[in-house]
Amino acid sequence: MADKTELQYTAEHEWVLVDGDTVTVGITAYAADKLGDVVFVELPAVGSDVAGGSVVGEIESTKSVGELFAPVTGTVAETNDAVVDSPELVNSDPFGAGWLIKVTYAELPPLLSYAEYSALVGE
Amino acid sequence: MTSDNAALTSSADTDSAPAATERFSPLHQAHVEAGASFTDFAGWQMPVRYSSDLAEHHAVRTGAGIFDLSHMAEIVVVGPDAGAFLDYALAGKLSVIELLQAKYSLILNRAGGIIDDIVVYRTAEEEFLVVANAGNRFQAVEALSARAARFDVTVTDRSDAVALIAVQGPNSRAILEATAGLTVDGDLAALKYYRALGGTFQSASVLIARTGYTGEDGFELYVDVPDALALWNALFVAGEVHGLVPAGLASRDTLRLEAGMPLYGHELSTSTYPAQAGLGRVVNLAKEVDFIGREASEEGPSAEARVLVGLASAGKRAGRADYAIFRSADATVADGVITSGALSPTLGHPIAMAYVAPGLARLGTEVFIDVRGTRIPATVTALPFYQRQK
Repeated sequence: MADKTELQYTAEHEWVLVDGDTVTVGITAYAADKLGDVVFVELPAVGSDVAGGSVVGEIESTKSVGELFAPVTGTVAETNDAVVDSPELVNSDPFGAGWLIKVTYAELPPLLSYAEYSALVGE
Repeated sequence: MTSDNAALTSSADTDSAPAATERFSPLHQAHVEAGASFTDFAGWQMPVRYSSDLAEHHAVRTGAGIFDLSHMAEIVVVGPDAGAFLDYALAGKLSVIELLQAKYSLILNRAGGIIDDIVVYRTAEEEFLVVANAGNRFQAVEALSARAARFDVTVTDRSDAVALIAVQGPNSRAILEATAGLTVDGDLAALKYYRALGGTFQSASVLIARTGYTGEDGFELYVDVPDALALWNALFVAGEVHGLVPAGLASRDTLRLEAGMPLYGHELSTSTYPAQAGLGRVVNLAKEVDFIGREASEEGPSAEARVLVGLASAGKRAGRADYAIFRSADATVADGVITSGALSPTLGHPIAMAYVAPGLARLGTEVFIDVRGTRIPATVTALPFYQRQK
């Protein structure tokens, strides 16, 4: 599980781990808690080009549907097959085994720090 | 219930500060201490889940769950004309139910639409308890009060004074029998479905009904507010060895959907005829007296009126409330709409209730659900989706 104070965040309740030219993306524990038990995850195809801010996947719980936004413009390098098979990982380990996609990018947009994101969700 | 199609950004907003009019259950502090997440339901802050809505759902199917339903409305009807009044005010014939019998009924408007769906208990020869939905409390009280004018009867809204706790699941009887301080005036084992018994908890009166909204065996306990928290805690302690978990409204919704039970605001509305909702049997046209909504009910909905069906589909992507139904993969005009839908936790595939054109209502008919731009095939299926082994 990543140290969440070291991660960056978006206003769409996603976390972003920057490693060289690739970001790993997941949803925050706050978002997972709001969704409730996640029962279905749809992720973009590996190799597809995504535009920053666009909807590239869905996270469904028993109660609602959350959209997965690409935090950066780039190419999907990897998706988490484990979370497709076991969507509950999004709830049990949102910052770790519940990661969703990795995207290679050229330019990193402005993201929120842990402190900024915490202020956003009032925690 | 909560919005069914919230993006992460908007679902986060449900946590905003309660409005000045927010109501809190008398059990609120217990829910906070149990780690509940709350949702607004008809102006009440009620537990939506404690930890996992799936775990709570499965606990009710296999062990037991305890629900706080104190937001629901309790209306007491007393007087020599109580039975005759209810026969006039409601769709069913309530005057003939026995002491401590319960009956599902409807408050209709003159056009035959549904103002609320209710459960009525006969609590004395001349006294009935009408339990209405929280969101329809004032509409129900207003309709009943207005209809009472020419009867010797008193209609009293006791909603603020009465708490309601449900214990649901195969272990629920064992839990009630083990609850310290709870004395039942009779034998719970012999109590039939939709029958109730009086009783006491410590010194307070309790009405214990074998009713519920989950499709499992279970009980609903009505108790006055000052004693509600102690009763909740006592049930909780007794339930510990029986797998009892606190369960929120999210699991209640998936449980009732599997059981094919309608939810007002989804399957039922003032513009829905009972016959469309499969509730024609609840409207007693054989009743020898006039009742509000009779004339319109006798006429019935038009031949083209949509009817409520169950839908089952494969895969994991569930159709949800307000998603359109099409008769083919390429039809451009919708022939129906989903009113409730979820991935069934018990069955493992998506289920939904939907209103469809009568031509699509036959069991086995293939239709298509527009799931956010993708047409997913579904089959018209008999309700309920789930029935417990008796």
